[in-house]
Amino acid sequence: MKQFAALLRKDNQPVRYLVVDDSVFARKNLIKMIEMFGGEVAGEAGDGLTAIAEFNRISPDIVLMDITMPQMEGIEAVERIVRQHAEARIVMVSSVGYQENILAALQKGAKHFVQKPVKPEVLYEILRYVLSDVPNAVGVPVAMAGEHHI
Amino acid sequence: MRMELIQPFINAADAVFAESLQAPTKIQDLSMDEDTYRRKGVAALIAIKGDIEGRVILDLSPEVAVKVASHLAGVEVKASEQVVKETVCELANMVIGNSVTLLNDQGFHFKVFPPEIHMDETGLAGSEDTEALVICIETPCGSIYLNIAMHYLHRRRQERNTVPALD
Repeated sequence: MKQFAALLRKDNQPVRYLVVDDSVFARKNLIKMIEMFGGEVAGEAGDGLTAIAEFNRISPDIVLMDITMPQMEGIEAVERIVRQHAEARIVMVSSVGYQENILAALQKGAKHFVQKPVKPEVLYEILRYVLSDVPNAVGVPVAMAGEHHI
Repeated sequence: MRMELIQPFINAADAVFAESLQAPTKIQDLSMDEDTYRRKGVAALIAIKGDIEGRVILDLSPEVAVKVASHLAGVEVKASEQVVKETVCELANMVIGNSVTLLNDQGFHFKVFPPEIHMDETGLAGSEDTEALVICIETPCGSIYLNIAMHYLHRRRQERNTVPALD
């Protein structure tokens, strides 16, 4: 299995993630990758409504958000989260990757998009990119003793 | 049977299984089927309606589903009906999502309905008298079957727009 240098916050703490997907296995798959990247899963949600509540409760550094979900779809959840938290960093994770979908998500405030099945190396690079513009607590990734501080 | 409509599903399935299971896959068998589809394990039927119409059935045995689930989760997963259903749905969603992306970017517009799971002994409703392509894909977890029936309902929008108006 490929090894990844840990993605850490500038305060040397693990990056905290909220994983949102209605499929338990899709969530477990993402969690497996987050652990490979040295991250911490702060919360999980199976639909958009729960995702909003979880975001407010745990204030994660990054949200990995599916699009097609029951109750409230991912793109609407992104819009509602970003309306309240302009600094939110949300990466869409969906098997449906056509342009209209990607554009809609980005227009509502998502920072990036990754198509399922997720390749760990692709997700890692996207997370590095998305986390690189976080001010104060997290900054540009710096490789140090096998770790990336962000 | 329009192969240009079928090919994206075959390509997507092959890529999704190989990437999800981190191992090469092989198309083991390919045949045409005009009878009501008799599933081999637990099947997810996904209907498509729009510029192109049809349905895709993804079918695998409960044992294969549990092996796939364990691989996706990264830990041994205990067999249960819920685990099997979830896994078949997730695989179907990934295959359909990737195929839809290819077809949508080619200019086709259509609606994809959520997967219906079938575990009973009868044939699948909506699969009667439909000429379908049945593919068996061999994966490290076991055989996964795809049954695809797809046809054009309308010409592509771009093609429609280029047809000269009749006076």
